[in-house]
Parts: sequence; C-alpha cells; structure tokens
Amino acid sequence: MTVTTRPPRGRPLLFTSYPSEMSLFPTTTRKVAFGVLLAVTALLPFLLADAELQLLATCCIAAIGAIGLGLVTGYAGQVSLGHAFFLGIGAYTASVISGDPDGRTVGYGVTNILVWLPAAGLVAGLFGVIVAPLATRLRGLYLAIVTLGLVFIGQHIFNEWSSVTGGVGVGRPAPTLEVFGWSLFTTTASATRDQKLFWLMAALLLVFALAARNLARSRVGRAFTAIRDRDIAAGVIGVNLARYKTIAFAVSSFYAGCAGALLFTVTGYIEPTSFSLLLSVQYIAMVLIGGAGTISGAIAGAFFITLLPRIIRELQAFLPFISTDANEVPNVLQVESILYGVLIILFLIFEPRGLFGLWVRARNYWKSWPFSY
Amino acid sequence: MIDLLEGIVRGLGTGSVYALLALGFVIIYKATRVISFAQPALMLAGVVLVSHLAGPLGFWAALPVAALLTALLALGIERGAVRPMVGRPAFVVAIITLGVDVAIRVVVNIFIGLDVRNVHDPWGLDSWQIGSLQVQQRHVAAFLATALLVAALFAFFRFTRMGLAMRAAADDQEAALAQGVSVGAVFALSWALAGALAAIGGTFATAGVSFDGNLWLTALVALPVIILGGLDSLPGAVLGGLAVGVAQELVATYQNDLPWLGGNVSVITPYVLMLVVLLVRPYGLFGTREVERV
Repeated sequence: MTVTTRPPRGRPLLFTSYPSEMSLFPTTTRKVAFGVLLAVTALLPFLLADAELQLLATCCIAAIGAIGLGLVTGYAGQVSLGHAFFLGIGAYTASVISGDPDGRTVGYGVTNILVWLPAAGLVAGLFGVIVAPLATRLRGLYLAIVTLGLVFIGQHIFNEWSSVTGGVGVGRPAPTLEVFGWSLFTTTASATRDQKLFWLMAALLLVFALAARNLARSRVGRAFTAIRDRDIAAGVIGVNLARYKTIAFAVSSFYAGCAGALLFTVTGYIEPTSFSLLLSVQYIAMVLIGGAGTISGAIAGAFFITLLPRIIRELQAFLPFISTDANEVPNVLQVESILYGVLIILFLIFEPRGLFGLWVRARNYWKSWPFSY
Repeated sequence: MIDLLEGIVRGLGTGSVYALLALGFVIIYKATRVISFAQPALMLAGVVLVSHLAGPLGFWAALPVAALLTALLALGIERGAVRPMVGRPAFVVAIITLGVDVAIRVVVNIFIGLDVRNVHDPWGLDSWQIGSLQVQQRHVAAFLATALLVAALFAFFRFTRMGLAMRAAADDQEAALAQGVSVGAVFALSWALAGALAAIGGTFATAGVSFDGNLWLTALVALPVIILGGLDSLPGAVLGGLAVGVAQELVATYQNDLPWLGGNVSVITPYVLMLVVLLVRPYGLFGTREVERV
C-alpha cells in the first residue's frame, strides 16, 4: 500500500495524508511563491540603494526577534512584555565576547560571528529558562506584569553596570560582523557593505524562520498551541505544562538573544537605555499587527513596524501639517508614536488576525471570485 | 534611628500615592477583569491638567476639576476602546489599553512641552519639626488625602446602591445582569473612578517638585503593588501601596551603604519585591486564589 503524499492534480487543497498537510510547503503554489520570494530577496541588493538595504537588513533582524516573541506569545499563549530584557542580554553577551580586549569596556576579542551569535542566543535562552518557573506558576496578566518588572530590573542593571555596557549616554561598540577573519562589514570590490549586510541578515532570517516553522509543526509546536488554547485541558490530555512553558521561554529568549546581538551591528553602537519598555511594546506590536500565531505574520509585522518611521516620512510629503522639526507640533516622531498605539488598537478591534488576516481575506476573495462566498 | 523613622514617614507619603494609583487598577480589574495599562497616561493627563488649571483656579479648585476631566477621559477610553472588546481574552484588552496609553501620552507630552512644570501645590518642600524628626508636609497631606479617599470609597462600596451593584458585578457579571444591574454602567463608573484616582494620586506624587514626561513611570509602580496585594483586593492595594512605598524609601535611605548594587537601586525595589512575593504566593498577599474548571 502506498501513501499518496502529493495532492491529486487540479485539487491542491485536497490532502490525502497527515504528513502532506503538515509539510512545510503543502501546495505547489506555496513552493513557487517561496522560490520567487527567495529569488527577489537575492536580487534585491542590485536594485536598491544602500540606505534602503540597511533599513531592510534591520527589518530582517527585527523579524528574528518578532518570531521569537511570536513563539512564546502567539503559539504558546504566554504573554511576555519582557522581550527587551532578553534582547539586551543577547546584545551585551555578543558585544562582550567580540569586544576589543584593550577597549574601555570589557571584551574578549573573539570577533567571529559563528561564536558570538550562538553564544548570545544561548545566554539569553538560559535567562529564559531561569524566568520560566515564574511562567509555570503564573498565568495571563500576572505573567505580563512580572515580565514587565523584568524589563525595569534589566534596565537598571544595564544602566549601572558600566564596565560592560559603557553607561547611560555613552554606550559601547556593537559586536563585529566577521567570519574567520573575513569582515562582512567593509565595502569591497565585489559588494558594498550594505549589500553584504542585507544578504547576511536575510539568510539568517530564512534559517530562523524555517526553524521556527518546523518547531511549530512538530510535537512541541502542537503542545504550545494546546497550552495557548486551554492550559488546564492541555495538562489533562498529558502535555507537561512546566516542561513546554520552559521550552517556549527558552526558544523565544534564544531568538531574542540572537536578534539583540545583531540589531546593533547595523548602527555599530549599543546604548543601555535602548532596552526600555517601549522596545518590548514595539515587539508586541509587531506580533499583534502581523498576526499572532503565525510565523509569516510575525515577519510581516516586523517589517511593517520597522518601516513605519520611513513610511511616515514618505507620507509627510503629502500631509504638510506634519512637521519634520522636532520642536513643532505635530511632528513626525509624535505621529509615529501615536500610530503604534492606534494601530495596535485598530488591528485588535477590527482584524485580530493582523496583516496575516488581511492577506487571508484577500486570498479567499480571489479564490472564490467571481462568487462572493 | 532618625534616618529610619524619616524613611518610614517618607515611605508612607509615597506609599499613599501608590495606594491611590493601585486602587484605580484594582477597581477596573474587579469590574472588568482587565488590567488597564492606560493608567500611566491618565495620571499624566490629570497632573498636566492640574498644572494648567492651578494658575487661574488655584490648587484646591483645580484638583477636583482635573480629577473630573480625567474621569471623563477615562470614560471615553472605556467607551471607545474597551467596550467593543467585551468577551475577548483579557490579555487582548490589556494590550489595547497599552496602545491607548502610548497614544495618549504623546498628546499629553505636547502640553508638557520643554518647560519645567509643577502643580502649584500649597506645601512645596516645607516641613514640620517634631523633636529631631523632620516631616515634610506634602507627605502628611498625601497620607491624609489617601486616608480620606479610601474611607469614602469603602463607604461607597458598602452603603450605596451603586456600590452594591459594583460588588455584585465583580462577583458574577451574568448573575448581576439578571438581577437588573447595569453592568455597562459599572464598567463606565469603574473607569471613571480609576481616572479620578489616577489624577489625584499623580498630583500628590509630584507635589513639591516639578515633573516631566517621565512621571508616567511612577504609575507603573502601582503594578507591583497590585501584584503584591492581590489583583482583586482593595485592602491589598492600600496595604501593598504603603508597604512598597516604605520599602522603596528605606532602600533609598540605606542604598549608599550597598554601593555594589549601583545608584538608584530604590527605583527597582518594587519590582524585586514583587518577584520575591510571587515566588512564594502566586496570587499576592490578599488575592483570591483562582479556581479553574476545565
């Protein structure tokens, strides 16, 4: 007996076996779309200017962090406002490992990204495991407030521990992008700095996103979803709550640590006050606006939120009452902050599935076109 | 010894402010089962209103007017952003209030501007000398105002029909609805009360000193307070507020003896206290243990 894993021709949504429905790219359309996306990403650096590439590279890094938060909040349902804390842990672990040993701040001079990136993730993941016992004892809003407390405690440590962080207003250099002595951060004859930066970050995002997607469709991912939908029911059917909540926090913090380590390589400098509650709120916004409980949603949300300042600046040309001068009212920065708040509210009220939900709506409309049902 | 006593007095003063803010959170939580992250913005709005109105009206008239206006703002938030979400998970509504907070604070910050603002309170930094103990008037005023408001609130919940309705709705919304309680009015009133309390609390928090846009961080201290006292306990909010205030001021008094903790460790004392208490008692000191049925 053979198990058909491919859907019959002409009926792409007819799944005849469980593995085929759970596969990474269940339909041919998805495979093609993914291939096209990859090709566009690979060619993008030849089409765009360096400034835009730098921005898109930042988007890719933010997306890695957002995927991490999406795993713990969107998939496992554990509300975490403490993402900024884990980003900070990752950023400082990486910069301490790769820092200049003779510099003003502590550093061990191991500049290879293959060393400091996993290390940053692991240290942040370790902190996630330390925090997890709280998550197994607390639920819902209690957990949200505790993780919020984590951000404040973290900020205090980052501000005060100036031998590592450089102190408020001064900061320290970010980790160096280098693989076995081959610098990724300099312009060479073959490619500019920002082209390399974009390729690197896009490749990393691909790896992290596929890994998350794989995790989500595995036994662990199903346990996460069960806990999110009803943790007691999940416990009753045999999901080990303590174990899977710990795994969720560990993986999420690992992603946050890696994103934190990379986030500041673009600007080259880490300022300890960056890891504030606002950063956590931004990541929550990415996950919610993108669509909680989906990987592609988290990526879309991260791109949207990171590009938002740029979009507003472009819109400013058409909305002359918004000023670019920081001393005038209303200025671009104010509009941007208000939009974070308003967009969160609007999406949660009108389209709780976020950008992903908008896409599903559009797709379903065209799928049944010209019929309206 | 004098240091210790003065620390405790200061702590009771700041603790009273935390108690007022925490009461707002708890009242909203009891009525709607939602933690309102919009309280910081409401507090900031109230304080800014007082600082603008105190010039023409005088402090004592400005305070109730500002409290009333803030209550109206809170009503608007409840109506516009929270009421459409009835029946949705509490976490989603909490995040909505977070969005409201971010948006309102930007608007309020415009009215703070770059000037040094204060609330023109009658106390300033004046103090009374009792023996060798120095007691600042603003701390006494905050404590007395809180005692008065807490007494009034408890009387309201105990003796009035609306108070009874609020207690009934907190106990079981559907049963209260079936008995003719207007649960919508309960939601609205709880938000209005919380807004007024935030405005008054914020005003006492900044009495005697000037404030800027960072004042909202003070309101966040009410979060560890309500966790400490238990999310659904009004006495817990008051006692928790006072306890956190005293603990914070005592750490502030003695933090120079512990330089390895870094300067200003008192700022994070409430959060550390919260983590420790939660590890021992996950539902706070006075909170109701949640019983879940599948």
